[in-house]
Amino acid sequence: MSASGQKRALWGLADIVVIALALVPVLWIVSLSLKTPATLTDGAFFPNHPSFSNYRGIFHTTLFTRSFLNSIGIAVITTVVAVILAAMAAYAVARLDFRGKRLLVGASLVVAIFPLISLVSPIFKLWLKLHLYDTWPGLILPYLTFSLPLAIYTLSAFFREIPWELEQAAQIDGATPFQAFVRVIAPLAAPGVFTTAILVFIFAWNEFLFAISLTSTDAARTVPAALAFFTGSSQFEQPTGSIAAAAVVVTIPIVLLVLAFQRRIVAGLTAGAVKG
Amino acid sequence: MAEITLKGVTKRYADGTVAVRGFTLDIADGEFMIFVGPSGCGKSTALRMIAGLEDISEGELRIGGEVVNDKPPRERDIAMVFQNYALYPHMTVRENMAFPLRLAKLDRAEIDRRVMEAAKILDLTEHLDRKPANLSGGQRQRVAMGRAIVRQPKAFLMDEPLSNLDAQLRIAMRTEVSRLQRGLQTTMVYVTHDQVEAMTLGDRVTVMRKGLIQQVDTPANLYARPVNLFVAGFIGSPAMNFSPVDWDGGRLHTVFGDIDPPPSLAERLKGAAPKLITGIRPEHFEEAELLEDTAGGVTFKANVDLVESLGSEVYVYFTVGASEKAAELDEVADRTGLDELPHAATEQMVARLNPDTKARRGEVLSLWFDPARMHLFDAETGRSLTS
Repeated sequence: MSASGQKRALWGLADIVVIALALVPVLWIVSLSLKTPATLTDGAFFPNHPSFSNYRGIFHTTLFTRSFLNSIGIAVITTVVAVILAAMAAYAVARLDFRGKRLLVGASLVVAIFPLISLVSPIFKLWLKLHLYDTWPGLILPYLTFSLPLAIYTLSAFFREIPWELEQAAQIDGATPFQAFVRVIAPLAAPGVFTTAILVFIFAWNEFLFAISLTSTDAARTVPAALAFFTGSSQFEQPTGSIAAAAVVVTIPIVLLVLAFQRRIVAGLTAGAVKG
Repeated sequence: MAEITLKGVTKRYADGTVAVRGFTLDIADGEFMIFVGPSGCGKSTALRMIAGLEDISEGELRIGGEVVNDKPPRERDIAMVFQNYALYPHMTVRENMAFPLRLAKLDRAEIDRRVMEAAKILDLTEHLDRKPANLSGGQRQRVAMGRAIVRQPKAFLMDEPLSNLDAQLRIAMRTEVSRLQRGLQTTMVYVTHDQVEAMTLGDRVTVMRKGLIQQVDTPANLYARPVNLFVAGFIGSPAMNFSPVDWDGGRLHTVFGDIDPPPSLAERLKGAAPKLITGIRPEHFEEAELLEDTAGGVTFKANVDLVESLGSEVYVYFTVGASEKAAELDEVADRTGLDELPHAATEQMVARLNPDTKARRGEVLSLWFDPARMHLFDAETGRSLTS
């Protein structure tokens, strides 16, 4: 075997290990979700009698359907608001030299590394007073707080990549600053915007700590929190199958989202703007 | 179409540095004006103030008679070509060129007509549906020009538009720009650091140094009558040869020997400072042996360092006389800005001779020049006494 063949084999092996580590737990959940309560503990990787009863079951409980809607609503609103705010902030950070810019960027980083758990009880008390407890805004607000720093950081890196001259050219060509942003800068920053949107969406979608602490009913409870409240069809039965099925279902939107925007995330859109 | 008038225009940054100081200039309607100077001289800043991309700290800028100091770029009706083209990468060539027209809300048919016309002039018709990333440097450059001309603006501003092209393409595009401007008859302000571009393109040239205008004149006049050492050293390639001179009121003591000032200079030398600098263009040296009559000129011995043959002409690099003069020249160069032009401020001189010269490296050659052709500058101020 040649040296390069050996190298390739080694890389192949490494790839397989990584993929196995990432995918086996997911496949195990899929497998569990397809098992009936009787075969749940048989240890077989491939279910002997695959059945969709768990899936039918969860969509018949309002616990799941309602929390699924909550999750979608809260995650989508968080993403849209975060991306719009972050785009404006990041644009300012990348383009303008204003007083306190370093402070702003530094402060937003501090927020990003702040341990969430230490904020749960103060926010809980505050929300009770403000009547935000167990509401959508009650979750969207903290999600925004914790996703904005990352969003601003990622987006400003993308904005910095876009040559200044493009904007000046647009202004000379007769565009207002707003037109220049919308027709030239925003389209070029699209990969960055989509990347950021996906990151924020995944964060809001998967978040568990606030979701479990700041909700009490299905008025605002999201899927990760709701999973903990699943019960079997009788009190003697483990809800493992239903939880697995719900876990699979909640993964689907993320997978779809990433697949849909994968092409847009590909960088290199700015190639050809300036000499190169 | 419009004239551009700058009156005492100054650019001062927040940290106190002044990029352009008291810039006063009238650019006529339809004129091709060049701003030239070494990097950092403020030429680009001056252009960007005309464009509206930089605020004007002081002074007044008029385009077409109207004061536009506080107008944003889009209301000035000017088009600009950037050094790195600044094409919109997400748009095709057609969309790039149509962009200013669509912002101006022209109707579709008119936009199409103008884009096609510009594409034809610039030979871009077959590339209209390609993205900038798939174009060569020269093609991108032409798209940038196209985006400027479809507008039919009052004036074109060009910020070193050719400096990213390779040498051959640059010469080709240079003629193109010249042809374009003559065809359109639109006022054009063109910034370059390349004095050859400045000399070949412009109706008039503004030479700048450290934010100050040094001289505004036609290329021929700049070459023949530079007002100071800086302009003399900047314009011309190879550069003018400088050497220190002592003036005692009667004779000029030069490195080439003592010279009686030619009658044409006598008047101007009255009351001149004792320390002067001479400047002689390389083509004003002649090989003494090949001349029939050396009377009325100065003949001197040159130590030839290097002979460069270009076929049609030969550059002979040589040194003359004492080296203590070099230190003196260095000092003057420091003061007058010649040191910003590394090729000009050397004690080594160069003569442009016919290809039949007998000059050989390492040998001594007799050279001759006519003192009437000599430029003289005040060593203190750098100002020319001869123009």
